[in-house]
Amino acid sequence: MSYLVQDEALPAPAGQAAAIGRAKNLGGRKRELLDGLARGVFVLTGLFSVLVMALIVLFLFREGLSLFSQVSVSDFLFSTEWYPTDENPDFGILPLILGSVAVTVMASAVAVPLGVAAAVYLAAVAHHRVREWLKPAVELLASLPSVVLGFVGMVVIAPLLQEWWDIPTGLNVLNASLMLALMAIPTIASISEDALYSVPKELLEASYALGATKWETLTRVLVPGALSGIGTAVILGMSRAMGETMVVLMIAGGAAMIPTSIFDSARPMPASIAAEMGEAPVGSEHYHALFAIGVVLFLMTLAFNLVAFYFSRRFQQKGAATL
Amino acid sequence: MNRTGASREARRLKEAIAFWCLRVAVGLVAASLFGILLFLFIQGAGAISWEFLTEAPRDSMTRGGIFPAIIGTLCLTLGAMLVALPLGVCAAIYLSEYARPGKVLTLVRLGIQNLAGVPSVVFGLFGLALFVVFFGFGVSILAGSLTLGLLILPTVIGAAEEALRQVPDTFREASLALGATKWQTVRKVILPAALPGILTGSILGLGRAAGETAPIMFTAATFYTLHLPDSVLDEVMALPYHVFVLATAGTHIEQTRPLQYGTVLVLIALVLGLNLAAIIIRTRLRRQKKW
Repeated sequence: MSYLVQDEALPAPAGQAAAIGRAKNLGGRKRELLDGLARGVFVLTGLFSVLVMALIVLFLFREGLSLFSQVSVSDFLFSTEWYPTDENPDFGILPLILGSVAVTVMASAVAVPLGVAAAVYLAAVAHHRVREWLKPAVELLASLPSVVLGFVGMVVIAPLLQEWWDIPTGLNVLNASLMLALMAIPTIASISEDALYSVPKELLEASYALGATKWETLTRVLVPGALSGIGTAVILGMSRAMGETMVVLMIAGGAAMIPTSIFDSARPMPASIAAEMGEAPVGSEHYHALFAIGVVLFLMTLAFNLVAFYFSRRFQQKGAATL
Repeated sequence: MNRTGASREARRLKEAIAFWCLRVAVGLVAASLFGILLFLFIQGAGAISWEFLTEAPRDSMTRGGIFPAIIGTLCLTLGAMLVALPLGVCAAIYLSEYARPGKVLTLVRLGIQNLAGVPSVVFGLFGLALFVVFFGFGVSILAGSLTLGLLILPTVIGAAEEALRQVPDTFREASLALGATKWQTVRKVILPAALPGILTGSILGLGRAAGETAPIMFTAATFYTLHLPDSVLDEVMALPYHVFVLATAGTHIEQTRPLQYGTVLVLIALVLGLNLAAIIIRTRLRRQKKW
């Protein structure tokens, strides 16, 4: 049986035997040389992602840091005036940083409960038929282009918010946060779900054997057991929300002021970069300032990702015995 | 018997209520997806016509079609794939066949995971600094494709690695036992067996590349061009950028609403179509798996 199965799966076994025969005629040395060459190529392409990361850091910093010959780092980070195109331009990005923080925190407040709930439901509660339909739906939500969500925020959510709360514009922190939450939910849900699956079955069975209901098992065994994975998921979801551009560019409002309420307009960092890069001449102070914002944004998301990476390695569930 | 002292009925009730809360949460997520899709379909269907899909914009973008944007997006997406597919598959082969646990592997994993987390607008800045300015490609299909290709690289690597890992070890052992070298094993046994899974992954990458806006804003996209691209150094119109510009920057925002809905619908059909195809192929593959 297993012989048959293999025979079927291997494409043209006769051709393969011939190929190996040919390879033998090449002589052992040439074959080994080719093998070593292939290994070298694969190792190099494996390291390519590291090279790209290094290049991103190099070019981002090279273009961004030259701003600081004119503007001090603390003025850049903590001044509240962002008037990059004035005659005497001000490059203070505190309002942009706080704009990013505001939409990220708000979006997480919506996305974390919904995302984790979706993961728990899919992993432990849903009937497998329901699951078969819901899981692709969550994946499709992840694949919706951000410009489409931004568009929906503009034409659907903004007028609604305006009408409900009688505010001058629906393009504000609340609207952007809701749409960002929709982008973060699939990230949080799918990574959390994987974490929930990795909790050893024995633990759940032990809980049931003690007479716990399914819900009690979920909240006291399954979720605590997957907590590091869920933590990773939440951090990566927040990182995605913070780095997302089109949604905040189209519907956060765009005013470079520190937001004080959810109905305030904001200009998160990605929105500022995307909106202004078209007008900033290459090599100008403004151009370098936008790269410097990119450096700040990059470092913030990098911090999120490194914490997530550390979490997922450090607290990896290795089996029932390690609990 | 139990710690809380609650009766069995009370505990059952609590469970039922909790499960319904979960169902409501999931229902909310699913409903927002289907609500958005349904709304955009109803609004956009009226704008779709043969002319809309095959003609260039006219009358300062208030009429006409989106043909140049469709062609532009196809060029950028395929270009991105040409970059990401070979690099991604080779990196995945390294990860699944050659890598041994250790410092190098940790470094590579760290690189890939962080690359996946770099914000798309930062990729745009990077593409602008490296490809557009430093290499002097200008705002072009080439610069945009390279930027998008690097953006989807982690997606392709992840999918290809999963596909390679699903090839059973007995295949590798059988090939090595016949005297094949590792390279021969990879090329003649492992890659063919993993090919369908790798294809699925690359379709997902295509979908991602087609929908991204921020990375091409400074590297490839232009609001309006009269001619179709005839070299890789031309700038192009692209569907996502077209949506953005029509919806935010035009002088006739209200007047072009039907065009905006139509463009959004075409974009969604392209992106979700690709993703749906990948999901369906994957489900089929899992069912048909012979090993």
